[in-house]
Amino acid sequence: MKTTSIMIVGVGGQGTLLASKLLGNVLLKQGYDVKLSEVHGMSQRGGSVVTYVRYGDKVYSPIVDQGEADYILSFEILESARWISYLKEGGRLITNTQKTWPMPVITGTVPYPENIVEKLSAMADVTAVDALKLAEEAGSSKAVNVVLIGVLSKLMDIPEAVWLQAIDETVPQKFLELNKRAFALGRACGAGE
Amino acid sequence: MKKLMLGNQAVARGLYQAGCRFVSSYPGTPSTEITEQAALYDEIYAEWAPNEKTAAEAAVGASLAGVRSFCAMKHVGFNVAADPLFTASYTGVNGGFVITVADDPGMHSSQNEQDSRHYAIASKLAMLEPSDSQECCDFVTAAYEISETYDTPVILRTCTRVAHSQSLVELKDRDERALKPYERNPQKYVAAPANAVKRHVEVEKRMEALRAFAETTGLNRDEMGDTSIGFVTSGTCYLYVKEAFPEASVFKLGLVNPMPVKRLADFAEKVDRLIVVEELDGVIENHLRAVGIRVDGGKDIFGLLGELSQNRIREKLGAALPSFAAYEEAVPGRPPVMCPGCPHRGLFTVLSKLKLTVLGDIGCYTLGSGAPLNAVDSVLCMGASIGMAHGYTKVLGEDAAKKTVAVIGDSTFMHSGMTGIVNLVYNRGIATVLVLDNSITGMTGHQQNPTTGLTLQNEPTYPIRIEDFCRAVGVQRVRVVDPQDMAATEAAIKEEVEAIEPSVIIVRRPCALLKYVKHNPPLSVDPDKCKGCRSCMKIGCPAIRFSDKKASIDATICVGCGLCEQMCRFGAFEHKEVR
Ligand SMILES: Cc1ncc(C[n+]2csc(CCOP(=O)(O)OP(=O)(O)O)c2C)c(N)n1
Repeated sequence: MKTTSIMIVGVGGQGTLLASKLLGNVLLKQGYDVKLSEVHGMSQRGGSVVTYVRYGDKVYSPIVDQGEADYILSFEILESARWISYLKEGGRLITNTQKTWPMPVITGTVPYPENIVEKLSAMADVTAVDALKLAEEAGSSKAVNVVLIGVLSKLMDIPEAVWLQAIDETVPQKFLELNKRAFALGRACGAGE
Repeated sequence: MKKLMLGNQAVARGLYQAGCRFVSSYPGTPSTEITEQAALYDEIYAEWAPNEKTAAEAAVGASLAGVRSFCAMKHVGFNVAADPLFTASYTGVNGGFVITVADDPGMHSSQNEQDSRHYAIASKLAMLEPSDSQECCDFVTAAYEISETYDTPVILRTCTRVAHSQSLVELKDRDERALKPYERNPQKYVAAPANAVKRHVEVEKRMEALRAFAETTGLNRDEMGDTSIGFVTSGTCYLYVKEAFPEASVFKLGLVNPMPVKRLADFAEKVDRLIVVEELDGVIENHLRAVGIRVDGGKDIFGLLGELSQNRIREKLGAALPSFAAYEEAVPGRPPVMCPGCPHRGLFTVLSKLKLTVLGDIGCYTLGSGAPLNAVDSVLCMGASIGMAHGYTKVLGEDAAKKTVAVIGDSTFMHSGMTGIVNLVYNRGIATVLVLDNSITGMTGHQQNPTTGLTLQNEPTYPIRIEDFCRAVGVQRVRVVDPQDMAATEAAIKEEVEAIEPSVIIVRRPCALLKYVKHNPPLSVDPDKCKGCRSCMKIGCPAIRFSDKKASIDATICVGCGLCEQMCRFGAFEHKEVR
């Protein structure tokens, strides 16, 4: 099997690392060779963060380059615009519609760009969801990451049971029910396509 | 059993498997997790030292005592540890001694992009370079074998993409090793001139033996394929080359110092075009050229800056690139910022207001240099703030000293700020030093340090008090303020900069991300009271937005610290649950 590439992008502190951990666990269960690359340290502090996930029979590079991503899972809409050039032709962007203002917007140096979802939809296949609303519906704004994993799960060819088992193994017991609700709400959105 | 592991976690696993018993390190991205992970094995004693030099010396001592010992650091940490390590190259080891140095091409979280391979050459130490987590684990054992066979410390060089990528690792059992009794041998271990002269001879003999070893070891390998192009590469670049040119011939160096010159010459003979792919400096390329091996492309193609990737290699060699479309408008940047509730924010708001010259240091507070605070004049290396403030105020005198402060964090103070204070006192300095004590090493992800009263294993230990230290070495003016109270902080700074003698203000409040720190409910803005003056925007809080001439608060990230409230003259901020 050829190598598949997924990028998880967002703002430091949004829980992208848990999403990549979950995804890595799922892919491992499917018996793939898996590589995951993340950047720790400084960029955690509210900066733009990206994690690369690659899987297949044999994976070499741990990073994804421009034009190579089969899926981009984005936690914030401005980050979708930033990373869209990494999507391969025919790839799919799954994006949260939530907006988190970066400091140059807060200080009034530049405006937050408008109509990003519409413009991205003209460029690529886009699934846009209000993951914050769904996460709150599931019980906590912190569950945005698992909502988005739910959306992705519907688009990938891996049985639901495997995802649920990975959630069981990755998420602390006391948040398990909450995260399963979040996953189900996300997965229902993925079906809309 | 195979497990998905971070490169750093795999190095720690390698330490466990190789029977390592002693680890001493100072944190630094991207090396930090090695020591944190090693500490989870009961068989390994692990500690945070106050800096890399102390860590390396402790590890040398453990090696002398007869166990396999280890020390990890980021690339600039090697600058600090270089003194003991260069001479440990002469004394050699008793138990095996391995040092990991983690480079950061692309400077994801570093102040420079230095290439540690130069250190291996300069200190005459063997250097191994793994490509993925399996090699991180396996190369640790190989490094210990080299260390004990050739009586030398050995360096394992990683980089951000190896240290912070996860890939599969086959786990093995631990090879428990008996203590190798220490035998007194001053000719070997006392690096005084008469002995060192003889040890240098041994060092050169060892390098000769290692050059022969490089020709036979499985750490280096050729993978012959299409011979129209052949790559010489190592580490993460090997993976990029395999991704971009899966059919090509490749010589993969696992041992990057010393290099297997004969094997490389053979390889060069077999391929039409020899291309060297390495990040940062042309260390491999220059060596090949120096020994007369033909190189058809290297730094002239790839340059000296930043990281490479599969696309950069494809592009530079004229191969097809995948097509892609970029977003048509400019996308605003998202630089890292101080977290909501960060105790550094109050201090930097005051520094920004007072328009002082701020000689800064390295830590989360370096973020005070960004907009809108723009309150830092210099950042050089850990500890430099105090030394620089001394030199700066010595030259410019009292008037300048009244407008100048040094700013340094608690961990950085313990790392290399203490000697700066001693210098200030000893040489009758007049600088004012602000120590930002947030009770943790924040920047690298919350490690304990000598001021926090806890060890790496979170066991209680004596908390070294910065104020006691400063008073003990003769600073007469030492005081403590809470940066949450901006008015009091401002008053204290104004008073201390006026004093024509060394003064230290400890600016103390724990990091907002520490588990024991309690937060308040988010604030909200009463739009009728908000006059749109933008005073609250001066603190650079990511939770405050401004649109339609009014401030508002992002309740998903606000932690209710109330700094914005202190800025507001109209009482527009309210404490009430909005969620
Ligand atoms: C020689 C060296 N070692 C390690 C580092 C990595 N590093 C950067 S800042 C920092 C510590 C910061 O801690 P502290 O001074 O307490 O400030 P905080 O981040 O908590 O505000 C470390 C270890 C470095 N830059 N240079």
